[in-house]
Amino acid sequence: MSSNISLSKSGDSPVEPPADTAGASPAAPNPPAKRGRGELGIVIGSHVVLVFWTLVVVLPLIWTFFSATRSTGEIFSGPWEMPHDVWGNISDNFSSAWNDSGLGRALLNTVVVVTIALVLVMALGSMCAYSLARFPFRGSRFVYYLILAGNTFPIFLAIVPLFFVLKNIGLLNTMPGLILTYVAFAFPFTVFFLFPFFRALPAEIAEAAEMDGAGDWRTFLQVMLPMAKPGIAAVSIFNFLGLWNQFLLPVALNTNQKNYVLSQAMANFVSSAGYEVNYGAMFAGVVITVVPVLIAYVMFQRQLQGSLSQGTSK
Amino acid sequence: MTGVPVAAPAATPRGGGRRTRPSRIGFLLVTIGLPLVLYVGLVIWPFIQAIYYSLTDWGGFSNTMNFIGLDNYREIFSDDIFMKALRNNVILAIFVPLITVILSFLLATMLTVGGSSTGAVRGLKASSLYRIVSFFPYTIPAIVIGVIWSQIYDPSKGMLNGVLEHLPFGIGENFHSFAWLGDATTALPASVFVIIWGFVGFYMVLFVAAIKGIPSELYDAARIDGAGRVRTMLSVTLPMVRETVQTAYIYLGVVALDAFVYMAALNPTGGPDNSTLVMSQDLFKTAFTQNHFGRASAMGVVLAAVTLAFAGLVFAVNRLTGGKDVK
Repeated sequence: MSSNISLSKSGDSPVEPPADTAGASPAAPNPPAKRGRGELGIVIGSHVVLVFWTLVVVLPLIWTFFSATRSTGEIFSGPWEMPHDVWGNISDNFSSAWNDSGLGRALLNTVVVVTIALVLVMALGSMCAYSLARFPFRGSRFVYYLILAGNTFPIFLAIVPLFFVLKNIGLLNTMPGLILTYVAFAFPFTVFFLFPFFRALPAEIAEAAEMDGAGDWRTFLQVMLPMAKPGIAAVSIFNFLGLWNQFLLPVALNTNQKNYVLSQAMANFVSSAGYEVNYGAMFAGVVITVVPVLIAYVMFQRQLQGSLSQGTSK
Repeated sequence: MTGVPVAAPAATPRGGGRRTRPSRIGFLLVTIGLPLVLYVGLVIWPFIQAIYYSLTDWGGFSNTMNFIGLDNYREIFSDDIFMKALRNNVILAIFVPLITVILSFLLATMLTVGGSSTGAVRGLKASSLYRIVSFFPYTIPAIVIGVIWSQIYDPSKGMLNGVLEHLPFGIGENFHSFAWLGDATTALPASVFVIIWGFVGFYMVLFVAAIKGIPSELYDAARIDGAGRVRTMLSVTLPMVRETVQTAYIYLGVVALDAFVYMAALNPTGGPDNSTLVMSQDLFKTAFTQNHFGRASAMGVVLAAVTLAFAGLVFAVNRLTGGKDVK
């Protein structure tokens, strides 16, 4: 999010456009009555557009949830075919998705991999961003740009050599290998986002802590890190979503079915031949994948919006 | 910028010239050195290797790796399938960011300043509901978005035809069992829509945050000067959020130039007549099913070059149209 830094900058500077508008139309504003009517039209129009988009977002999801209550036969009979035995279908679909399609195991794998990777990348990323922001040394700019470079190149460029790097160190098709790769690829974004946060923290506070005898670690962990909390929270959310959604890395580097993560288990549904697919289980699988994160999002959306605004105004 | 006077104009603003304590060197080694080892080993080193591999005829599991110069590049650029994939990526990179940014900016504008323009500038009622719901797709893994839409687009059992079939005046007839992903003319646009669907909500929220950061005096001033809504949107809001537009454009461009997940879910084999095949799919197949690692690496280099060119183009356009240079 390179806008973060820039946005506040442009906010400080006097802005031309309004002045420009002033020059262009020195006439008096429209008569209030006329304006009032146009007003209402625009408000209604806005609502219509927003409701339309909301429906475009929600209807597919509702239809997906609806389809998870139907048997595969009913799904094949047409998009609106009603289920005859809702509870029977639900229990069939969900148990088939959870057990036969390996979603239960994949969910567990994903939780383990993502949790460990998230903790590691936040630890490493905040350490690195802090040190780069607070202790510039000869070559620290180079390190910073090296890290930025990782944000710029597509993972696809690295995927073939990465496969062999992991193979050579014996971590191909293992969970630790996947975790380390997740950490390495989430690292540049983490540093990139946290760097401005640590940069903005007043150095005087750290210096005061040092005066009082706190070492570098204590200053970092007990004084500076807590002050960067909003940034840490925001990056954690984005890293969580990014790692939870990760597809290419596991597909290429984690081909052992036992270690499959959620996105791989879901991809299995579409990659196997059409007639073999248990569509009811597939829709149930979608529900299993979507609902936990959706609930977490609705519960924490206020904080999320907050951290997004933090991100853009920092 | 602390008050510490630094004698020489150091390259870095703070404490550039001071000697570093030994304990601090240890701290820096752990905090910067340790993550860097992992990062260089698993990210930077593979990037560099990929460039070298792209100049070889490496088959992967054999030990023979001959340097063949630019042959791989010649080969892929004369390969119709790869060129088609490249073309599809370019189409994606043109339309996905453009439509997503325009749509999310319009929706964000309606949400934040769509309310009454007499009195204080305010957003619409129920704006938080719209915002929360629009963000839903961003919480869904891309592969699952692909799975959902591959079902919605299904000719006979999908929801889309289930809705469109009921359009009046005989229009609905046309959509009976229409294969959105199975027809070479609609497969790519349909896929473009899926990606847009996944991102509009996120960028809308990002724009809302950016618009809320604009001082409201600017809007008051514009209003006093008689600027209408459209004028205000284009002359006040847009210039103030142009850096967010740039960020969104680059991120979406990167997504569009990859697009692997979406295409793998919607049309795993590249679609009718390869109409939805993208470079990343071709690369993946070349590497992991055909074991042509040299050629696959060359495709990766092309993909990276196109991505960098795209980012450069966005920066250049932003700068030429009057944006500030971001350092």
